[in-house]
Amino acid sequence: MSALVAAAQKEGQLNVITLPSNWANYGNIMKGFTAKYGIKINDANPEGSSQDELNAVKQLKGQSSAPDVVDVGGSFAVTGKQAGDWAPYQVATWSSIPAAAKDPDGNYYADYGGYVAIGYDPSKVKVAPTSFKSLLTGSYKNQVAIDGNPTQTGSAFAAVYAAALANGGSLADIAPGVTYFKDLKAAGNFVPVEGTPATVQSGQTPILIWWDYLLNSEVKPVVKNLKIVIPSDGVYAGYYYQAISASAPDPAAARLWEEYLYSTEGQNLFLAGSTRPITLSAMVTAGTVNKSAYDALPVVPGSSSTLQLPTEAQQTTAGNVVAQQWPSVSG
Amino acid sequence: MATLTPTAGQAISPDNSKKRRRPRGRSSVWRWVVLIVAGVYFIVPLYAALRFAGLSGFKDVFTTPGFGSSLWLSIRLAAVTWIVSMLLMIPTTVYVHLRMPGLRRLLEGVTILPIVIPPVVLIIGVLQVMPLALRASVWLLALEYVVLAMPFAYRALDAGLRAIDVKTLTEAAGSLGAGWLSTMWRVILPNMRTAVISATILIVALVLGEFTMASLDLKQTFPVWIVLFDQENAQISVAASIFALFVTWVFLMLITVIATRQSRRTGGGEVTLFTVAPQQTIGN
Amino acid sequence: MADMTDVVTTPGSDTDPGVRRFPSLRTAPKPVRSLARYAGIIPFVAYMAVFLLVPVVAIVVGAFQNPQTSAFTWSNVNTAVHGSYLHGFEQSLILSLIASVIPGVFGLLIAYAIYTARGRGAASLRRVVITAFGVFANFGGVPLAFLFIASLGSSALVTGWLSDLGLNIYNLGFSLYDLSGVALVYMYFQIPLMVLIILPALEGLRPAWREAAENMGARSWQYWRYVGGPVLLPSFMSCLMVLFGSALAAYATAEALTTGTIPLTSIQIGTFLNGNVLAGQENVGKALSLGMVVIIAILMVFYILFQRRAAKWLR
Repeated sequence: MSALVAAAQKEGQLNVITLPSNWANYGNIMKGFTAKYGIKINDANPEGSSQDELNAVKQLKGQSSAPDVVDVGGSFAVTGKQAGDWAPYQVATWSSIPAAAKDPDGNYYADYGGYVAIGYDPSKVKVAPTSFKSLLTGSYKNQVAIDGNPTQTGSAFAAVYAAALANGGSLADIAPGVTYFKDLKAAGNFVPVEGTPATVQSGQTPILIWWDYLLNSEVKPVVKNLKIVIPSDGVYAGYYYQAISASAPDPAAARLWEEYLYSTEGQNLFLAGSTRPITLSAMVTAGTVNKSAYDALPVVPGSSSTLQLPTEAQQTTAGNVVAQQWPSVSG
Repeated sequence: MATLTPTAGQAISPDNSKKRRRPRGRSSVWRWVVLIVAGVYFIVPLYAALRFAGLSGFKDVFTTPGFGSSLWLSIRLAAVTWIVSMLLMIPTTVYVHLRMPGLRRLLEGVTILPIVIPPVVLIIGVLQVMPLALRASVWLLALEYVVLAMPFAYRALDAGLRAIDVKTLTEAAGSLGAGWLSTMWRVILPNMRTAVISATILIVALVLGEFTMASLDLKQTFPVWIVLFDQENAQISVAASIFALFVTWVFLMLITVIATRQSRRTGGGEVTLFTVAPQQTIGN
Repeated sequence: MADMTDVVTTPGSDTDPGVRRFPSLRTAPKPVRSLARYAGIIPFVAYMAVFLLVPVVAIVVGAFQNPQTSAFTWSNVNTAVHGSYLHGFEQSLILSLIASVIPGVFGLLIAYAIYTARGRGAASLRRVVITAFGVFANFGGVPLAFLFIASLGSSALVTGWLSDLGLNIYNLGFSLYDLSGVALVYMYFQIPLMVLIILPALEGLRPAWREAAENMGARSWQYWRYVGGPVLLPSFMSCLMVLFGSALAAYATAEALTTGTIPLTSIQIGTFLNGNVLAGQENVGKALSLGMVVIIAILMVFYILFQRRAAKWLR
């Protein structure tokens, strides 16, 4: 480990990409890393998407500004692995990462996640929604949005997956999720713009289906009294995945970064950002978890002690289905 | 083509009083209707956006991180685009005017291409064929912007050349012993000043508004920053884009005012962006 | 377009300044002389070849290639003309039709209105409108979409005003996020584009024709029906072609308004660059681009035909 630290400090910098400072507490995580090891972090394109990260790895290959590490949605991690973009690596705490949340060869591994939740502004939404089914009723005309195009944005894709679970589908069958949004549009409730904290604040989309931790860290600061509820009929946990670029210009710094993220300190920092760090259950058992942050997490309906994540094959199929069918939601 | 023949039984009357009695009022009504509808359509959304941005948006926009650096990048891109465009288009348009007037039509057709080829399509191809060194550099965008700006630059320069008698000027300069370089620099270019300035402002407008190619090329230009920042603070983002619109428009206005004043002094007509209106305008 | 000069010189003769400028050319054999004339436009042609032609050719070639093996294949093109992609082409063509004809007509009216304005405020009116339109023609994407969401969105300014007047447009079936809504937003840059490119054609309507018509007793509509209309029509049609292509090419605005819920070819192409692409399908985006290029090529043919017709009157 000390050899790794020395090598990383020799490289002197780390290139990360698309890490907003108020997303999963990345602002403090990056500060903590720099404070601990003295390595400067360059954060390119903070508001970009997972696909932007994959594009950057390809397009900037060979340049000193190419990303060293990525933090992408599941299907994107899979795509990258198939394209040979990742360098396998196993952190010191590898065994505390559940098997379903990592690639057996070490190409990618989940870091933090949350649940798809419904966030709404009670001053504009009179009837409190509790489930996907409840959103189809007439009290929510032109109020419901997701955060973008599910063929491009991982969190929008997760919203469709969650809707699928609520609408009679499963992790293997996402089509009912697309049908759900078709119905939502037909009912006049769905607003097909990209939902952002600003659109909730201005009243354009008072109901936003997004990750619970982002509703907390990004929307709540601008919308007082925002309510966050995990839908009772569609409980979908989505995790983001870390991967080290095979063409990373700073390979030692990249590996040190991963060690930091999966250390107790790093995982608790994720927890402070209202996310569920991947080693949460191990930390709870070991008593190293930050209790107050843990208690502040939203309640998950039903028992979900086993991690239900789609497999690689399921992700690929689902991506295909959404790409084909999403354009039929309105047209 | 149909020819005009007086209908049977109607005398041709050169009676001037008949013209004066033509209801002028009716024909100007349609003009007002059209312009008011257009005004409403274009101004109301701007007003709605301004209301949303509010004073707070405008107050903070200049000090927001990323505003300065992305604006500076866009300005530099505009400068490089302008230099390359002018170096490329001025000699070409002058040459075509002088030596190959028949080619003007074909050139016009070529200039339509950048408007109708989707920038999305263009950037895919560009990223595939250009060498890595060029792709990494920010200036690739400038080189492609030259292509996108070409239709507007050509039209502005072409209009400027149509307004001056290039052939006579060149022949006069030639008969006085000037070589072609001297002719260009001392005779033609000074007379194209207005057209060049119009083209400049149009290039600036284009670079400040172009989003698709810049974002797919992963470069954070001003329009890209506006969109990305929309996630963080929509009011500032909207204020920034309206600011850019307004500044560009003011520049264009200044240019046409100054140019018209100059042109009127030398006996020319009013100067607009792509045309030089004849002093005698057609009746309605 | 109107040409102010009426001097005609025959190329290759001694009065042609080109030959005089390069005396050695006068004695050169004919083919060299005519080829050398093209020398002046070589930089332009070369530049466009490298930065416009080559990328487009790369896409056309890529459309027929298997992404892994680069072998020739029809599968990309096949995928691109079926299912939601075919639907995308249909919707794109319909949208482009609406977003070119309506702004075309309206733009012509505005252009004519400002061009024929007389009186004290006329020059200022022209100046304000043309410069504003020069800026708007380049405006689009997310900021433009936002302008309309803020005015015609479901809880927006104008929607509110109309609601207060008793007219709830959303209940009546209007939606900013449907095809017609997108077309409405497109007009914000299509109308300015139309005005800018049709103004030069209006110059070509000689005042003398109008006066002659009035002297012969023709009324306004007769002038338009027999003189103004036929003269202007080819230019109008060629400008429509440009508008059609511009609407077809628009991407960012439609994406911002619909986030992919309406099938549109430009958005689908964008998804192949920006979204999660499935293995084996990477070149379908290029096949879609090829489709657009084909449509544009057809447009260009019509454009050139119309321009040639227009040239007869606007010399």
